[in-house]
Amino acid sequence: MAFEIIVCAKQVPDTNEIKIDPVKKTLIREGVPSILNHDDANALEEALKLKDQYDDVHVTVITMGPPQAKDMLIECLAMGADEGVLLSDRALGGSDTWATSNAIAAAIERRGKYDLIFAGRQAIDGDTAQVGPQIAEKLGIPQVTYVTEFKIADDRKHITVKRAMEDGYELIDIQAPCMLTAIKELNTPRYMSIQGIFDAFKKDIPTWGAKELGVDVNREVGLEASPTNVFKSFTPVPKGQGVRLEGDSEKELAEKLIVNLKSKHVI
Amino acid sequence: MNFQLTKEQEFVRKMVRAFATQEVEPIAAEIDKEHRFPVENVEKMARYGLMGVPFPVDVGGSGGDYISYAITVEELSRVCASTGVICSAHTSLCVWPIYAWGNEEQIKRYVPDLAKGKKLGAFGLTEPNAGTDAGGQQTRAEDKGDHWLLNGAKVFITNGGYADVFVVMAMTDKSKGTRGGISAFIVEKGFEGFSIGKTEEKMGICASSTTELIFQDCKVPKENLLGNVGDGFKVAMSTLDGGRIGIASQALGIAQGAFDVTVDYMKSRKQFGKKLSQMESLQFMMAEMKTRIDAARLLIYRAADMKQKKLPYGPAAAMAKLYAAETAMYVTTKAVQLHGGYGYTKDYPVERMMRDAKITEIYEGTSEVQKLVISADIFKK
Repeated sequence: MAFEIIVCAKQVPDTNEIKIDPVKKTLIREGVPSILNHDDANALEEALKLKDQYDDVHVTVITMGPPQAKDMLIECLAMGADEGVLLSDRALGGSDTWATSNAIAAAIERRGKYDLIFAGRQAIDGDTAQVGPQIAEKLGIPQVTYVTEFKIADDRKHITVKRAMEDGYELIDIQAPCMLTAIKELNTPRYMSIQGIFDAFKKDIPTWGAKELGVDVNREVGLEASPTNVFKSFTPVPKGQGVRLEGDSEKELAEKLIVNLKSKHVI
Repeated sequence: MNFQLTKEQEFVRKMVRAFATQEVEPIAAEIDKEHRFPVENVEKMARYGLMGVPFPVDVGGSGGDYISYAITVEELSRVCASTGVICSAHTSLCVWPIYAWGNEEQIKRYVPDLAKGKKLGAFGLTEPNAGTDAGGQQTRAEDKGDHWLLNGAKVFITNGGYADVFVVMAMTDKSKGTRGGISAFIVEKGFEGFSIGKTEEKMGICASSTTELIFQDCKVPKENLLGNVGDGFKVAMSTLDGGRIGIASQALGIAQGAFDVTVDYMKSRKQFGKKLSQMESLQFMMAEMKTRIDAARLLIYRAADMKQKKLPYGPAAAMAKLYAAETAMYVTTKAVQLHGGYGYTKDYPVERMMRDAKITEIYEGTSEVQKLVISADIFKK
């Protein structure tokens, strides 16, 4: 029986100038170039490394988003994933992290057996880092976030991960099935391959909606069911660029600093 | 008529652009300066299927099409023309003739390793006294019963110093002349009597390996004859027809690369209180450059599409190569001009791009040879 890995990925806007719907207070994705979220590429890479190592590893990427998110799944297939599933339905639109994790957890359960789930730490658009952990809670499996190193024993049950902290790291033993969220230090994602691209377009990518997932559209998914209320969205004013002083000695640097401050009439 | 790339082709561009930007561009200036063949990047290109784009998966290729191949060479050349020609010479001039002219055994033996990039290919036609006049071959191949014996030398062989497999032309019967007198052979590195001679010091594409090939009583097994005895000229000419799509794509990539860095430069460079990008006379130069680049691109993709559809594409490829090479020279020269003094220094990539562009008007048929091909087609009836 294949070793089933699920990768949760998100298509995100490839820009820092994110536009926000003034009424709904959600991000406008139409018309903005979209990419595979960076941390999710790391999540996929770790799964693909296992696939390189063991013949029977099967990697499925699940994403929720608008129909064009299919392009991101094709990219994942072209990188080497075996299967992609798109969760897309008007009833799922406007879901917050709680509602999104309901939908994705339902999709993972619907799909069947899984041994390992990788997700990115967080998406560059929402920056919540909540969906991965929430999926784990809803599936009732253990989780480790901020994974920076991953080792799996040959029994493919016992896993050791290094979890990055602000002031150090933790080494954690954990057993599959579990959820691990990846950070960019975990690995360097591979590119798509040319053959992968041509093969990917031949694959069928199923789209599942609320009906297929068996979720309650009033209470579990969508904007109405989302408990998060966005209080305010705004674009922060960028800070002025700092000045970097270079010099060979503290004395020289201090002199430069004083000259700089004087010229700006600070002192 | 459909002027839109397919989704697959768009993804190929996206992939090669990412690869080129992250792996090739950062070392492009350095390998040019050091005249260093980028072995590490050729290995990476192999891993991602860039060394066998247009060949079917069952012979080790990537299962792509010729427009995707053109895009691959274009995107590599956009940041490094040396890397572009390594891919082009390998794919068009070595893998293709073996795939197209080889018998089942030869295809099985050579194409998978080549198309996967495990082995590198090269092509030997040009000789010291036989360039454009390819019929003047002095390299001879004698039938020795159980093997062929090759004697002679080839010059200006792209990938020469690093290739494992060579498609080599040699005269088998001088009395039959160009058509019928020349035959093609598959020669492997390490064959007895085969060696690599001088490595050329060139004006541009300095990171590509351009060498002499020397055959001194070189024994080539009987089964390594490519096509029939006397097919050599046809093998060479059909190979060069396809090669021109590759070199045209290289020229296009160089032009596009020079254009793109010039746009960025013009947006930041200020003179007389204005950005260069706000000066109409300079804007018009860019408009002219972009128009030519686009025209070259359309000619190339058309020729590639015709090759894909197995239509006669020789004159179309010649026009694409002629125009793209001239565009590369035009655009890079103007790009240097727009950079002013900075453009003449090695601190900016346009200096390298201008040196790299020139070769596209010369190899795989000079611009004059392209005009011969095109005009022969005009007046053939």
